[in-house]
Amino acid sequence: MAKRPSVYPYVWRLPLLIWQGLFFIGPLCLMVAMSFWLVRNYRMEPDFVFKNWDRMLSRGFFWDAYWVTFLRATLAATLASLLAFPASFALAFRTSETVRRWAIFFLIVPFFTSYLVRIYAWQVLLAGNGPLNAILGLVGLGPFTMLSTGFGAMVGYMTLVLPLVVILQTFSLAAIDRNLIEAARNLGANPRATLFQVIIPAAKVGLIIGFIFAFILTFGEFVSPFYLGGSNPPTLSILIVDTTKSGQQWPRAAVVAVIMIVTLFLAAFAAVAAAYRRRS
Amino acid sequence: MSHSKPHLTRRSLLTGAAGLALSAPMLGRAWAQEPTPINMLAWYGHAEPDMVAEFEAENNVKFVPKYYAGGDNMLALIAQSPPGTYDVILSDAEFVQQLNAAGYIEEMDASLFPFDDFWPEYQNFPGHWTGDQLWSVMVRFGLLGVSYNTDALSAKEAMSYNAFWNPKVTGKVGHFDWHLPSLGQLSLLNGNRAPSPFDISEDMWDALQEKTLSLKPQVGGYFDYGGTFSSLKNADMLAMCGIGDWITGVLQKDGAPVASVIPEEGGIQWTESYSIGKGSTKQEIVTKFIQYMLSPKGQVKSIQMAAYPGLSPTKSGWKAIQEANPAEAERSGLIDGHDQSPLKLLAEQRLFFRDIPRQQTLEDWNDFWSEYKTA
Repeated sequence: MAKRPSVYPYVWRLPLLIWQGLFFIGPLCLMVAMSFWLVRNYRMEPDFVFKNWDRMLSRGFFWDAYWVTFLRATLAATLASLLAFPASFALAFRTSETVRRWAIFFLIVPFFTSYLVRIYAWQVLLAGNGPLNAILGLVGLGPFTMLSTGFGAMVGYMTLVLPLVVILQTFSLAAIDRNLIEAARNLGANPRATLFQVIIPAAKVGLIIGFIFAFILTFGEFVSPFYLGGSNPPTLSILIVDTTKSGQQWPRAAVVAVIMIVTLFLAAFAAVAAAYRRRS
Repeated sequence: MSHSKPHLTRRSLLTGAAGLALSAPMLGRAWAQEPTPINMLAWYGHAEPDMVAEFEAENNVKFVPKYYAGGDNMLALIAQSPPGTYDVILSDAEFVQQLNAAGYIEEMDASLFPFDDFWPEYQNFPGHWTGDQLWSVMVRFGLLGVSYNTDALSAKEAMSYNAFWNPKVTGKVGHFDWHLPSLGQLSLLNGNRAPSPFDISEDMWDALQEKTLSLKPQVGGYFDYGGTFSSLKNADMLAMCGIGDWITGVLQKDGAPVASVIPEEGGIQWTESYSIGKGSTKQEIVTKFIQYMLSPKGQVKSIQMAAYPGLSPTKSGWKAIQEANPAEAERSGLIDGHDQSPLKLLAEQRLFFRDIPRQQTLEDWNDFWSEYKTA
């Protein structure tokens, strides 16, 4: 007699499906549909026209903003991964369990405060007549223009993603089987070879996940490029705000948002594929 | 079991009377009528206590503000609300025609407002009247010119929009992030004065785009209201295009070394006007409020509004600020014959009302603005 399938696991999966349906799939479908609507007299009206797509994709400023956003997010993710690695390595291999636990705690603490407040704090610190320039002035440097620059925006991006990347990398490195490292050393691998041929490949999944998280978060970021980067040049998130501000063109903003989501999906799939690709 | 017999002593009588006296205001408050809510749609600051507290107390009303940022935003908020949602609407003058065309505002009775007290230049403000029908009443205005850091540029250097190309401010020129004021100013620099910097042919529009793009290497950023304040205050930006005393006036009060002038090429005037929302059931009290804002007392408040200062279109408003705060009257040029007096600037044809593009669409200007930002 065939065993009756249990409904038990499906019941437990249901909340997740409902959640994703209500707060991800539903709004996503609405946004895609909205990109085909029209605005008449400052009111959105359901329609099915390609005018918004044609208008946005044929404009040079859209593609300029797209590549600025893409390159900045790539740079931020790379920078965060590189800056985080020495700290993560030290936490994973050179500290006790207690120290690592406390370090993780202190890396989480910044998330308890508003990101916007932290960015405002950076605005004060990076100002032309701010404390950072005052300190640099004491050693005869500066003043440097740090606000309303790409550097300013990058500082904001690092504020957002660096702690997260350190945490992800640390967990990944700490989980490496120490016997592999011992074996590499016993077989005569120097520290450099051990790092590049054993540790990094073993922690590859975590390192790539850290990178892609940083990319995703900075790709859609509005606060840093706006308040620290001076909207100069604007990113896609700033373009969305500009588009909705002028003429209430939410359907055109939806086009920008859909392109952003497609880009992020592709980036995420590429990252997952790279992370789990078997070595030939 | 004992029964205490209540009896009235002098002490208990005094205690009771004192208690009653102390609780009287609470009882009075409970019995008083709840204040009538008045829904206001306006730029930030117009329903704040410095502007409306006195009127609220005198008339037992309470303003419920919905603040917007920009004419498009205002029109969208009205379009998405049922008629009668907003009792009083403060709009930029160039959007009054659109409010009227869309049927969002009530006709007003001109005899109820002191137009005789208005300076003649402002009695028939464009777009506010259709024939004899009045749709909106101008209550304040301001001037947009060259705003600059006085440590970086001299007043003489700031007397032309070419100041934005001055090497002393390379990388430190900011824009208020709205195309109309900035492009209007640069249109004036290109000599587009008649009929208006906003009424330009396609050739002039091409030349304006070219001129604007040539400013890009000087530009340090594009800022919203808060960002404009902080970047000027911190000296991160040394010159700002698209603003005027409505920003630098507030910063000057904080001691920041900034100023605004109307340059030789001329300035742009922003204008704010009150209309009565279509379907409002509180037209009488709203009319009274607009009358209050046009009174000398209301105009003094408006000139010194905490959020951003404005100028008065009425003769009595000028007189009142000269008496109440002579320094402010001098600073804002609300004195006959003053160098930066708006009436003098109008007479010299150095002042132009901000408008929407007349020969191009708002979309054209906005698209170019996006292109300029990413250039």
